[in-house]
Amino acid sequence: MSASKKRYAMTVDTRTCVGCKACVLACKSENDVPDGFCRDWIVEEVRGEFPDLSAEIRSERCNHCSDAPCVSVCPTGASNIAEGGVVLVTHGKCTGCKACIAGCPYDARYVHPKGYVDKCTFCLHRVQKGLQPACVGVCPTGTLTLGDRNDPASAVSQILRKRKSKVNHPESGADPNVFFLV
Amino acid sequence: MTSRREFIKISGATVGAATVGSGFVNKFWGLDRDAVEDPNTDGDKVVPTFCELCFWKCGVLAHVRNGRVTKIVGNPDHPLSRGHLCPRGTGGMGLLYDPDRLKKPLLRRSNKRGGQDFEEVSWAKALDFTAEKLMKIKRDCGPDKVALFSHGYGGSFFKHLLFAYGSGNVTAPSYGQCRGPREVGFNLTFGSSLGSPEVLDIENSRVLTLIGSHLGENMHNTQVQDFARAIAKGAEVVVVDPRFSTAAGKARHWLPIKPGTDLALLLAWMHVIVKEELYDAAYLEKYATGLPELRKHLEDKTPEWAFTETTIPPEKIVETARFIAGARPASLVHPGRHTTWYGDDTQRSRAIAILNALLGSWGRRGGIFIPASMPVPKYPCPDYAAPPKTAQDHPDGTVYPFADEVLSHGVCDATVPGKIMTSGCPIKGWIVYGTNLIQALPQRQQVIEAAQHLDLMVAIDVLPAEITGYADVVLPEATYLERWDDAGPTPWREPFLAIRQPVVDPLYESKPGWWIAKELANRMELGAYFPWDDAGKMVEARLRKGGYDFDLLKAKGVIRGKRVPVTTEDGLELTFATPSKKIELYSKRMAEAGASPMPEYTRHPQPADGQFRLLFGRTPTHTFGRTTNNRFLSEVTNENEVWLSAKVARERGLSNGDRVVLVNQDGVRSEPVRLKATQRIRHDCVFVVHGYGHSSPGLKFAKGRGMDDSRLVTKIAVDPLAGSTGMSVNFVTVERA
Amino acid sequence: MNTTLLESVTTRANHLIDPGLAIWGWQITVYLFLGGMVAGILSLSALLELRHGKPSSPIFRTAPFVALGILSLGMGALFLDLEYPFHVWRFYTRFQLASPMSWGSWILVAVYPAAFVFGLGSLDDSGRSFVRSWVPKNLEGLYDRVEKHAIERRREILTGVFFIGLGLGVYTGLLLGTMAARLQWNSALLGPLFLVSGLSTGAAFLLLTGLHEEERKRIVRWDVNAIGTELVLILLMLIGFGYGTESARFAASNFLGGPYTPVFWSLVVVLGLVVPLLMEAVEAKRHLPFTLVTPALVLVGGLALRAILLAAGQDSAFRLIP
Repeated sequence: MSASKKRYAMTVDTRTCVGCKACVLACKSENDVPDGFCRDWIVEEVRGEFPDLSAEIRSERCNHCSDAPCVSVCPTGASNIAEGGVVLVTHGKCTGCKACIAGCPYDARYVHPKGYVDKCTFCLHRVQKGLQPACVGVCPTGTLTLGDRNDPASAVSQILRKRKSKVNHPESGADPNVFFLV
Repeated sequence: MTSRREFIKISGATVGAATVGSGFVNKFWGLDRDAVEDPNTDGDKVVPTFCELCFWKCGVLAHVRNGRVTKIVGNPDHPLSRGHLCPRGTGGMGLLYDPDRLKKPLLRRSNKRGGQDFEEVSWAKALDFTAEKLMKIKRDCGPDKVALFSHGYGGSFFKHLLFAYGSGNVTAPSYGQCRGPREVGFNLTFGSSLGSPEVLDIENSRVLTLIGSHLGENMHNTQVQDFARAIAKGAEVVVVDPRFSTAAGKARHWLPIKPGTDLALLLAWMHVIVKEELYDAAYLEKYATGLPELRKHLEDKTPEWAFTETTIPPEKIVETARFIAGARPASLVHPGRHTTWYGDDTQRSRAIAILNALLGSWGRRGGIFIPASMPVPKYPCPDYAAPPKTAQDHPDGTVYPFADEVLSHGVCDATVPGKIMTSGCPIKGWIVYGTNLIQALPQRQQVIEAAQHLDLMVAIDVLPAEITGYADVVLPEATYLERWDDAGPTPWREPFLAIRQPVVDPLYESKPGWWIAKELANRMELGAYFPWDDAGKMVEARLRKGGYDFDLLKAKGVIRGKRVPVTTEDGLELTFATPSKKIELYSKRMAEAGASPMPEYTRHPQPADGQFRLLFGRTPTHTFGRTTNNRFLSEVTNENEVWLSAKVARERGLSNGDRVVLVNQDGVRSEPVRLKATQRIRHDCVFVVHGYGHSSPGLKFAKGRGMDDSRLVTKIAVDPLAGSTGMSVNFVTVERA
Repeated sequence: MNTTLLESVTTRANHLIDPGLAIWGWQITVYLFLGGMVAGILSLSALLELRHGKPSSPIFRTAPFVALGILSLGMGALFLDLEYPFHVWRFYTRFQLASPMSWGSWILVAVYPAAFVFGLGSLDDSGRSFVRSWVPKNLEGLYDRVEKHAIERRREILTGVFFIGLGLGVYTGLLLGTMAARLQWNSALLGPLFLVSGLSTGAAFLLLTGLHEEERKRIVRWDVNAIGTELVLILLMLIGFGYGTESARFAASNFLGGPYTPVFWSLVVVLGLVVPLLMEAVEAKRHLPFTLVTPALVLVGGLALRAILLAAGQDSAFRLIP
């Protein structure tokens, strides 16, 4: 499998996730995310009426969409698709026009106080060194897995074959790559 | 107004002037490649140590870059973290670099205690003052009139100091206000308690039953890891909780029990298990005594009876009892941690212990394991002059027959002249290490009153918590990232040893606890008890003497010993340190002490109409009030909110997000707090995360955020066996703020 | 289980993103409004001259330059919106085919020279010599050649300006219309809608300057058509949303009972479109004296249309669907 054919994806096991937010904080320190901002976050949904309730907890982040609207609407090429389909922003090319923010169906981006648009990188700087993303590494519940979806032997591929999964807002048409295991 | 075109020229010229070479040309034409940008937070130095954001002691790796701690990650070699951390563990930098830290020794200026009115003094002056006062108390009243309140690993040096000084009054709110009754209940049953980290093999449980235990909100790292691993392996969860907790969201059965009635449910479950003979007969036959008595005792504890108390339908009780028993022995009924609820907590813990015995889970895989550890020899040091344990808190030793630690609120009582001690001198000096007694103890006014009677209060802390405002001397301690602490084993599933070593030099004028204790000892002619110059060297000597590879420990932060059997499945032979050398389903000791030898249900008062029982708990990102000033952790949770049944809220015209005030039965009002109107809680209670609502002006971030639940705990129900204080007995009304 | 009851809590609270998107404010409203108006001024004045010869009203001598001035104001507002303005040149190191904003930035580049040569040809001789007096000595030769072409190739230039103006007008709408993530903007009708609205506001601007009667009547007639088209397009947009998917229906609800209903119907539809339409029609039929109220209302409506669509769009993310 050639490097260019890699397709990084993440699975989030909603059964094991307790919503502790370690992923959020580990990301913040790893990526020096400015105060008041986050690149990943926890959504906790409880459905039903007392006492018939069900809960779902999701650790969410940029979906690194295969058909990423943020990349298409970017006028300068700052939003780009890097190795393994990871969507990145080259800070030096970003004008802060925010078209990508408007274009993102998942509201995963924000304006860094320095002016450029910023977001989850799947910690590609770590992944390239053979390390796990900070959120995956810290997670005490083993909820998160990152891997190459195009490699049938990868952990992510195996999990996706074995478990039932869903994506957020599939109707966005962006073909997201973060899968929630149910 | 500059047009876009003109601007290009200007910025182009600016950039051009600042940049030379072909790189710029490429950049100008947009041909520069998109690089993967590295945030550069990897340390140029990575130091292993262990965490102190809570008390679980997880191994961490601290990354230091240009002298600054950039990030803290889990140590993969450490059996408690296994490379992963809870949110708090990632936030050590928020403590280390907290701008509100205590920076210099402080001496109280005014006569009134409580005002945080201090002048900064030199260490010499602060230590001289403290030592002089301590010596005076020793001369005038005797050494046992000084008590140490301690919470945290670094307290060991002060415990040592106090024993050397001649007092055995070492106490921690973590006993009488938290895990005390559980330890007593299990000790009475199995002859051994559970300690911290609890020796639970949750990872291998097939059914895990949680009774008011909030795994996932209570983020003890390994335990939550095990919980998630168990779920991933298909384990089922039963949750008994008036609140739809995070764990309840994972459960097969959620039983929203009426608060205060858990013992009835436990007895009914046991009734079903004994009646239907679902228990582990061979196990009980071999290891337990008292089954016939128990059988008889449970006869009338039917599910129908329990229904009237708990509001849980009898068929649900039967179904869950069978479900729990069906997975034995890998069926664990979690003993809980914070168990000081209603005043009969030892009996409830006994019931949980007996239920585990019926399931045969003690000493079994997926149940409760018998921990292994690696002993560390002591550093040569004179023997203590006085016995290290006294009954100072309860002069009549029979009051709390099974309390096996000194009780913090008892020390408070013994500080007020004539309150519980009819003769002799009351306690005159408090050394408060790392525990904010104002939020940690119930009945705040009584704690404050006791403090006003003292001749000396020394507070050793990292942050200006409320309690430091009542001290005469405040000694700024270095954080866990800046100091050595003593070495010692942590009993666990596999034997291991870990060390706490400094990652960076202490900031400001803060000093490590060992240094403070040693300097005080030197000034009180107790220098012989600290016959070393540096705690690091002392730890090294102890470990080398024990035959351990200190260099490896320093480099890796942890060494692991050879695995030994910790369950019968591993080949362990079970022994029980009870008088009968067996599991005591029937406790003769309790009968002799005048207590019910088997758990007896007591009906507790329930809130009147319009009142709600005040329940409190945890959020995964904080360790009660200790971390609510941590700005990094507060990035995700920075205030608490009051959970109230959505239906009740609607009836009262309240909606989600409204500001409300809680008023307790004694008219004490809470700070205004946000309302969470939710389906996730019963109609007869409210829930709030403990540790918010700080009032200390020094805690500039936390002050005024959320409400302080412990202020509303003006009523307690004291457990007659463990002496612990049940605190979930306060009723509140909810008013619009 | 009653699954309709949902309690959803998120820890995310990013500035400008949560609780609702707030990335674009008055700057973009002003930019879209002025950009649309400039498109209208340029296209309409070019069309007028193409169809009926050089117009006589005074504004048409300087209209292209006035348009450039207004456009520069709009671009100033756009510049103020950029979070990283020192990288603004990055717009012109690339052409991103899929990015309307990239198209827009290059269209803007085309508008300046096109409007300039259009303007040179519109000026009278004294005007041209005034312009020439500002030209540096060494560029005078170049200027003279440009001026020569500006006069001689008038027709081609008018045609070019007409289409560049249309492009500018459509682009202001497509900029939003391609953001499928914002349900309220997710309509291809936004391009034509913003174009006709731009033409209408351009017409209103011209009318406000006081046109000679013949030219005024022509512009008013075109404006009536533009406003009528705009109403139809709005209707079509709402129908498209209302009969669409769940997300489209959520978008429609913003204007049909949702929080933006009162301002949208009162300011945009009634005050900005229906009233001016009726007034212009009545004035034409009854030969009533022309008032400046009508074009003023059109301008208010055009500004409101952009402000409201901008806000409602940012308030219509997928995650907000109940």
